[in-house]
Amino acid sequence: MPTSPSDVPRYDLAVIGAGPAGLAAAVTAADLGLRCALLDAGRQTGGQYYRHPAPGLGAARPDRLHHGWSAYTGLADRLAAHERAGRVGFLGGHQVWALERTGDGYAVHVTLGPEAADRATVPAAAVLLATGAYERQLPFPGWTLPGVVTAGGAQAMLKAGLVLPGRRIVVAGSGPLLLAAASSLVTAGAEVPAVVEATAYLGYARRPGVLAAVPAKLVEGAGHGSALLRHRVRLRLRSAVVEAHGTDRVTAVTVARLDADWRPVPGTERRIDCDALAVGHGLLPQIELATELGAATRTGPDGAVALQVDARMLTTVPGLWSAGETNGVGGADLAIAEGELAAHAVADRAPRPALVRRRARLRAFAELMAAAHRPGPGWTGWLRPDTDVCRCEEVPVARIREAVEELGAGDPRTVKLLTRAGMGWCQGRMCGPAVAWLAGSGEPGPDRRPFACPVPLSQLAAEQRAAAEG
Amino acid sequence: MRRTPAELVGAEPGPAHHIDFDGRPVPALPGQSIAAALWADGVLAWRTTRVGGRPRGVFCGIGACFDCLATVNGRPNQRTCLLPAEPGTTVTTQEGHGRADLAI
Amino acid sequence: MLKTEPPLDVVVVGAGVVGAACAYYAARAGLAVTVVDRGPVAGGTTGAGEGNLLVSDKEPGPELDLALLSLRLWRELADDLGAAMEYEPKGGVVVSSTPAGQEALRAFAAQQAAVGVVAEEIPAERLQELEPHLSPRMAGGFHYPQDAQVQPALAAAHLLREARRLGAKLITGETVRAVRRRPDGAVLGVETDRRRLDAPAVVNAAGTWGGELAGLAGVHLPVLPRRGFVLVTEPLPRIIRHKVYAADYVADVASGSAGLQTSAVIEGTPGGPVLIGASRERVGFDRTLSQEALHRLAAQAAELFPVLADVTVMRVYRGFRPYLPDHLPAIGADPRVPGLYHACGHEGAGIGLAPATGLLIAEQLTGKQPELDLVPFRADRFPAA
Ligand SMILES: Cc1cc2nc3c(=O)[nH]c(=O)nc-3n(C[C@H](O)[C@H](O)[C@H](O)COP(=O)(O)OP(=O)(O)OC[C@H]3O[C@@H](n4cnc5c(N)ncnc54)[C@H](O)[C@@H]3O)c2cc1C
Ligand SMILES: Cc1cc2nc3c(=O)[nH]c(=O)nc-3n(C[C@H](O)[C@H](O)[C@H](O)COP(=O)(O)OP(=O)(O)OC[C@H]3O[C@@H](n4cnc5c(N)ncnc54)[C@H](O)[C@@H]3O)c2cc1C
Ligand code: FES
Repeated sequence: MPTSPSDVPRYDLAVIGAGPAGLAAAVTAADLGLRCALLDAGRQTGGQYYRHPAPGLGAARPDRLHHGWSAYTGLADRLAAHERAGRVGFLGGHQVWALERTGDGYAVHVTLGPEAADRATVPAAAVLLATGAYERQLPFPGWTLPGVVTAGGAQAMLKAGLVLPGRRIVVAGSGPLLLAAASSLVTAGAEVPAVVEATAYLGYARRPGVLAAVPAKLVEGAGHGSALLRHRVRLRLRSAVVEAHGTDRVTAVTVARLDADWRPVPGTERRIDCDALAVGHGLLPQIELATELGAATRTGPDGAVALQVDARMLTTVPGLWSAGETNGVGGADLAIAEGELAAHAVADRAPRPALVRRRARLRAFAELMAAAHRPGPGWTGWLRPDTDVCRCEEVPVARIREAVEELGAGDPRTVKLLTRAGMGWCQGRMCGPAVAWLAGSGEPGPDRRPFACPVPLSQLAAEQRAAAEG
Repeated sequence: MRRTPAELVGAEPGPAHHIDFDGRPVPALPGQSIAAALWADGVLAWRTTRVGGRPRGVFCGIGACFDCLATVNGRPNQRTCLLPAEPGTTVTTQEGHGRADLAI
Repeated sequence: MLKTEPPLDVVVVGAGVVGAACAYYAARAGLAVTVVDRGPVAGGTTGAGEGNLLVSDKEPGPELDLALLSLRLWRELADDLGAAMEYEPKGGVVVSSTPAGQEALRAFAAQQAAVGVVAEEIPAERLQELEPHLSPRMAGGFHYPQDAQVQPALAAAHLLREARRLGAKLITGETVRAVRRRPDGAVLGVETDRRRLDAPAVVNAAGTWGGELAGLAGVHLPVLPRRGFVLVTEPLPRIIRHKVYAADYVADVASGSAGLQTSAVIEGTPGGPVLIGASRERVGFDRTLSQEALHRLAAQAAELFPVLADVTVMRVYRGFRPYLPDHLPAIGADPRVPGLYHACGHEGAGIGLAPATGLLIAEQLTGKQPELDLVPFRADRFPAA
């Protein structure tokens, strides 16, 4: 393979994101005869679910941190074969910051990291977005203390770096990722004094039919459950961490019961000592590359904005496909199914009916789960005026309320302009949902970020090398 | 004795090397990120914020939150959860924007 | 059924910086004012650009008169609201890269001096005293101490807050769908999607959409969008003291060309980021990110301030300047429709020109002789299409 993507003729398909969805899409598309580029910001494939130690760590049993590890190794082997045959180019360390529609295809604009002098552009006839998700956060007093990490972040640092943020880790928030994270943490030697879940998980129980249709999910849930039982992890339902304590790092948390609207119930607070807290409220699809091109979105039952796709995984933008969490959060199995479906559609081949059915089943389950974990409006009850909402620009609740009540801001964008909340390095990824709530506009609208990641100015200033057309 | 993550996955890493953190050697295993090496050493914060001067370290662990920024090999604002801890890497606790040298 | 409200003296359509200034000066003059916007405060172009308050880029003429009046008003406003609006009387530095360019600047500054613009020539060897990070390759420049800066959204929001303290009302999230008129044509008020507002005067401060609002009142006003991008860097310490731009900027601003023009104007902000803007092109309301515009802005910024090559760009602003064919705004009573006042079409200078616009409108509304001659700004100067 040529080393510089700009020297190669254009690809039939550029797949952005090498998680379960993107990997499955790239190898399936290559099976069907397409020439693909598979780009990922990270240096390894696997994405969030199949995040694993770098080879240097010499992990003999990475499967111990994953369900369904063989599914990953299967995909990775197929990718390696396609790479050797020149059908897929895996471009690791390529973070895509913008998609540009060119006459009949796309220019995928990439940054190769802070050291790179040049800008890189990958030409492709079509693009498949498989950029996954990041975690939804709801602020609380103390959430900026070192030792407070996201649930998925704890998971990611463990899976890739074999490290833990502490020895006694409270896991809190809402959603199935909490159980996965708690189960990994205890298996890897941490003590988890409590898993604090804001909902009562009632949503699933009401529709047992859907659950039964997805046996793998049950097995996985049982797997987490048994690890948690074995380690005597206490699951506190209808509760939330309403404060993290400590000065330079977290030393304890206060947990309170929540009413049905997620309002903390006074008098139910109890303190739990810990040296780390892993927290998250489900996931938010990472879709700005598509919304920047005007792709239509939908708000899922969890309140998260996802791309709107048709049965073939085509977005409303010609030539732009999407698979996995970008279509609404649903987990690795669904991501794989959607990646395979999208690849068939791009190659203009009919997928197996079983694949179509499987995807429908998994999507239905995902929607059900999403509905169960939608945040209740009462969560703002645990905020204090001085609680930082925007971590980057350190904007407290009181400043946001002033912008809304006295300066005429009624939406997240205006709050941002008037307070700087969401203007910092993360561009509102961490504070977005909270700012939208406080702005009174309920759930956030579609992400609008012209740049999907920061770009060194020198790379913008560098000449755009004409990419050879294939 | 509780199990460690490395034991769990049967890790037999290559020989450890060191990175320099604020003038002090911190061990790192081949393939670990800078943030992972610091966590393994019990360090949770390597940045202070621009406004309040508060300590920060890893939050999201996947490159989305930019809380784990540090000055790496003299270059400020680097996401340590993404950057590998290579032998000889120098990591400095970053104060605020990390660009005080440019101020006029 | 639409809600009705007690009669007002004036309805201002648009809660951008211009509408905010109109409301502020009208309320200060004792008028009962209501401001309506279909979006939030500063949700239009005001929230999408930079806040340069410039005289340096304007040649003698009606716009410069307006700018000089406006800068005086900004200084007055800053007494109370300066910090809240992030007002910075930092001055501008215009640089040239060639001796010929410097000669052109010299001639331009001489014309401006005649009408009260202060400009001091800075020889090449003294430029670094003003701007230590400026490229040493410049041929010279001019320092304009009157140029200043605000944060536009904050300026609009705080002007409106003051207006409300003086009794004005603000309605956001409602679109003006009709301008109501008597059979003889005079204005009766407006209708939004939810209510009727009765007033003998309506101010069109609808910015880039001012042509549509004029249309609702039955008159022609050819406001067009001129797209602009601004690069926003990571938060930095103060590395640039003034607003700094290269001489070609002036030519770009005045140009009627639809093609892409870029000449970077660079400034720091109290929030930390450096702003690098802006491009100009006429492409309708097309929001597509222009890779070419970003590239040129970045390249020019790095040429002026090599230190910027080493920083990171975090986002871009993108907006559509309200553009009238002769580059002058429409300000004042419309002779065609009694009670209709225009305050729109300020193109790339609407932040700077907002207070003067507001003051002049308030003077007309209260029957005073406006401080400036408004004839050059009359809305009926454009022949109907
Ligand atoms: C931090 C985190 C941890 C998680 N841990 C678990 C878990 O333990 N168990 C579980 O069941 N689920 C977990 N999930 C849920 C996870 O989203 C899904 O299980 C699954 O990984 C989704 O697959 P995907 O292919 O849609 O996206 P992902 O697996 O998220 O893959 C997306 C890929 O796209 C890349 N990418 C994103 N943006 C760009 C860009 N602009 N340029 C280039 N590359 C880009 C990313 O680097 C990533 O590799 C986690 C999610 C997160 C956010
Ligand atoms: C990239 C860029 C950089 C710029 N830099 C500068 C600069 O440095 N200095 C400077 O002085 N100027 C600058 N400008 C120009 C400046 O931003 C504008 O001239 C100014 O914001 C115009 O303000 P406005 O109040 O007239 O319009 P807007 O801010 O657009 O306000 C008009 C309002 O009217 C509302 N509206 C429209 N129609 C209706 C309706 N029917 N019903 C209800 N509401 C309606 C809209 O929602 C909008 O909020 C720049 C512009 C751009 C795009
Ligand atoms: S921890 Fe969030 S970017 Fe590194």
